[in-house]
Amino acid sequence: MTPFSYTRAEDVSDAVRLSAGDATAFLGGGTNLVDLMRETVARPDRLVDVTGLSNAIAETADGGLLIGAAVRNTALAEHQAVRTRYPVLSRAILAGASGQIRNMATVGGNLLQRTRCTYFYDTDGSRCNKRTPGTGCDAREGFNRIHAILGASDACVATHPSDMCVALTMLEATVHIEGRDGARTLAFGDLHRLPGDRPDLDTVLAPGELITAITLPPLGFAARSTYRKVRDRASYAFALISVAAAVEMDGDRIGDVRIAFGGVAHKPWRATKAEAVLRGASPTEATLRAAAAAEFADALPLRDNAFKPELATRTLAAVLADLATGEVA
Amino acid sequence: MSFIVNRNAVTGPADPRVSLLDHLRETLHLTGTKKGCNQGACGACTVLVDGERILSCLALAVQYDGRQITTIEGLGEAGTLHPLQTAFIEYDGFQCGYCTPGQICSAIGMAAEARRGVPSNVSANLSDNVTLTREEVQERMSGNLCRCGAHNGIIDAIQATITSERVTEVTA
Repeated sequence: MTPFSYTRAEDVSDAVRLSAGDATAFLGGGTNLVDLMRETVARPDRLVDVTGLSNAIAETADGGLLIGAAVRNTALAEHQAVRTRYPVLSRAILAGASGQIRNMATVGGNLLQRTRCTYFYDTDGSRCNKRTPGTGCDAREGFNRIHAILGASDACVATHPSDMCVALTMLEATVHIEGRDGARTLAFGDLHRLPGDRPDLDTVLAPGELITAITLPPLGFAARSTYRKVRDRASYAFALISVAAAVEMDGDRIGDVRIAFGGVAHKPWRATKAEAVLRGASPTEATLRAAAAAEFADALPLRDNAFKPELATRTLAAVLADLATGEVA
Repeated sequence: MSFIVNRNAVTGPADPRVSLLDHLRETLHLTGTKKGCNQGACGACTVLVDGERILSCLALAVQYDGRQITTIEGLGEAGTLHPLQTAFIEYDGFQCGYCTPGQICSAIGMAAEARRGVPSNVSANLSDNVTLTREEVQERMSGNLCRCGAHNGIIDAIQATITSERVTEVTA
């Protein structure tokens, strides 16, 4: 680890003031950042500890929830309002990492965790445009089982690693941000970027901008929502494919539906094409497969991940069939 | 900065780069907590902070000012073993023993989570009623790897000690 200074922020304005300069990193639970610093992928001059900022979960006036960025992952997953009104969010968090890591990791940190592409971490032996722009990408022609099939670029085929963010994308959460130029909000789907020719930028945040909270909108049918994750071992592994979905039935037809995929792109992937196929349709196996086919028509699998469109299709069909029949608790 | 380790007040490191794990082992000479992968993948470094299990390898010590830390050395001693230590011996919960301190600290934190109703990835529903079935214990302990392959004995030892009826007895 290269040397750095450490300061604990007292409040949001303190954190923003302390973040002057591009080489500052905000520190949450450290479960990703400390590892990145040890591998010298991240080399901040200054850490501003923001774990003392808001860790509240509160009702909003419109019937949603406000979640402070310092809330730990376990605390969010076990919160009663989340369990009953947004079960997909509890399920997504519990599908990720381990009990120890969920006790440390914060909401803000989860949103800003970086890809687990092995070439990104291999500072000694691999080229990576995300780590060192302009050097090339060894994943594109390398071992790329976990990599992207949608929205990738010549520069980068990495996937976003978060489970929680897939649920937040599906729920259309809002991200609250504070910076030296004031406060702003972003739709969750606009926070993360596709790689393009700047894969070093995971998000649209400007240097020094701090995520202070997220809000969940009121969404009645999110009470019938869930998250399913498929991976190479039963637990404690990143997703090959994951699905976050909520369904509102209208008789025996799908009235409204929300779908997002994890493990397929540089950002959590909102499946608007699949949703359009499904609204008003009967949830038959053929229709569910047609919805997935619409979403993955443009997929460009790599050497080791040609299985992903079919795995995503089967996972989506299974999740939606369960949600349509109410077989998800 | 300072914190409490196994009921003793101790001084933290001056250098913010020092992990809680390295401070415990190298400065306080509490070598029961083990360094396995040093990157958050194995769970050997698990300790309890204010009763919650965390990975000390990914924890910068400077972040834990004023907190209560419990390591394996704070749980039992020769002659007066913690109930989980006794059970790990009885059920062959180890071969080399390197992962054992982390397994035991993790199991104690896991029991506290189950006691307050935290669901898991394999829970059939998200209610507060947690029954620590074998499948639940396997899932909740998946952050602690054992390369000797003693997982079945580990699960046996934990289940024998932390049944849903006796779950309140197992604490730090």
